[in-house]
Amino acid sequence: MATPARLTREDVAHVAALARLHLTEEELDLFTGQLAQVLDHAADVASLDLAGVAPTAHAMAVTNVLRPDEAQPCLDREEVLAQAPSVEDHRFRVPRILGEAP
Amino acid sequence: MSAPRPALETATMVRAGELSAVDVLEHHLAVIDAGEETVHAFNLVLADRARARAHEIDALVAAGGDPGPLAGVPVALKDNLCTRGIATTCSSRILEGWEPPYDATVVRRLADTGAVVIGKTNMDEFAMGSSTETSAFGATRNPHDPGRVPGGSSGGSAAAVAAGFAPLALGSDTGGSIRQPAALCGVVGMKPTYGTVSRYGLVAFASSLDQIGPFAGSVADAALLFDAIGGHDPLDSTSLNRPTPRVLSVLDDGVDGMTVGVLTELLDGADADVAARVHEAAEALAAAGARVEEVSVPEVTLGLSAYYLIAPGEASSNLARYDGVRYGLRVDAEDTATMNTATRSEGFGDEVKRRIMLGTYVLSAGYMDAYYNQALRVRTRIIEGFAVAYSRCDVLLGPTTPTTAFAIGDKVDDPLAMYLSDVCTIPSNLAGHPAVSVPFGPGDDSLPVGVQLLGPALSEGALLQVAAVVEAAAPELPTPRLRAGAPA
Repeated sequence: MATPARLTREDVAHVAALARLHLTEEELDLFTGQLAQVLDHAADVASLDLAGVAPTAHAMAVTNVLRPDEAQPCLDREEVLAQAPSVEDHRFRVPRILGEAP
Repeated sequence: MSAPRPALETATMVRAGELSAVDVLEHHLAVIDAGEETVHAFNLVLADRARARAHEIDALVAAGGDPGPLAGVPVALKDNLCTRGIATTCSSRILEGWEPPYDATVVRRLADTGAVVIGKTNMDEFAMGSSTETSAFGATRNPHDPGRVPGGSSGGSAAAVAAGFAPLALGSDTGGSIRQPAALCGVVGMKPTYGTVSRYGLVAFASSLDQIGPFAGSVADAALLFDAIGGHDPLDSTSLNRPTPRVLSVLDDGVDGMTVGVLTELLDGADADVAARVHEAAEALAAAGARVEEVSVPEVTLGLSAYYLIAPGEASSNLARYDGVRYGLRVDAEDTATMNTATRSEGFGDEVKRRIMLGTYVLSAGYMDAYYNQALRVRTRIIEGFAVAYSRCDVLLGPTTPTTAFAIGDKVDDPLAMYLSDVCTIPSNLAGHPAVSVPFGPGDDSLPVGVQLLGPALSEGALLQVAAVVEAAAPELPTPRLRAGAPA
């Protein structure tokens, strides 16, 4: 398989936005170099011919794990909400969601 | 100065009423008092809670009860294991002050077996690192040399055992985070088979790789702790619903008739003194009756690259939950998207940001096939390669790390160099297999060397059986410079 083109500053800015991370100009420069170096090292994997090899997502795959459909105690609501940064009427409170996108 | 009392002996004596859990605890708290300022193994020492718990255990014994196999033994917990009502930070600003509303399954099992939780240990932020330097709360220092790293990411747990702060500790191992610090601090550390120890309440890093395991001063003590925490848990859907190997009972069975393969690929990049210790361990196993041969698994050389595509991919997904809504840090902003970004940018350190971005990149359209999916195919090849080796060998032997402990600050600005310190431990995580690091004397710099034993899935019994023979033959290590006091 062909190795993709080298990671650019624009790529890093794009993934940072996707991952909801804000980077300064200096951080963009630093991370671009460091991440490109890691991906260069991964070229040995990217360039292998592995057609026909099945991917392994889980080494000890366990499937169809079910339990009896019986009601069981869950976490205490007040104890959970006590850890939230902001709460209103037993719900998590967040700033406005709609409006201009950032 | 005498060696710390083994956990097995402590538990036996506490159960018999010959030793008080309170005295055991007070001894360890005094050792912590003397050394913690320099070592910084803990994010939190739970002195009052531990005292209350130790009193309970002594009262139970006095009333004729049996607290269990870990009776009165202090245990340190890596700070990514959830403890109800007790801060669990993952050494990250984003979780600072968070008190989980539930206990991890391993924490409940420690309670059920009579252990005394003594504190929460420092770690690389979200377990991402190999030196404990990425902690938001400052680095932990190696008890053998305060200028050196303890390894990571479970560096606080390894250092706590090496410094005599606790006879036992729990860590988590995603790419070597138990075995690598165990090697660098001169203690025993085991990564069990994936699925043998419940991950419920372990804050997730890379879910298909993460596994909780024991740190101890000896193979027998590691076996004691593994037996206490293992077993099926309905709260973890990846927990194996089959009998977990019981290991403590087989430790003295020896290696006569077993075949041990010296894994050549792991020796390739190792320093000469580290490689020499591995060969000496192989000779000791041969002298004890094992058949020793060289084995090659060429696929493991691809492990590091595959790991640094798979683990960040999973991490980028797992760490999406830190959004400033339900728990932890929130940096206020006018709208939610800006609040999410501000919170994550302030709450995460550089290494966590690097892994999230790397993971987001390798999972993004256009790159997923070339990187992530390709790494999953390499994972298959590594499992196949190990299978061939295990058709001939019971266990494999190699170094745990290519070098002894490096200096604090040495690799912190060079992520790739840091990642390379996990090159020998990563293949077992990708395969889901168990592996254990056993101290085997000092290197040329007088710092601890760890030799690693690797086995197929659910081979913990055989692994620790071999580990016990290696341990008995190991050259003595110097007492850690930063360890104070004699046993209680």
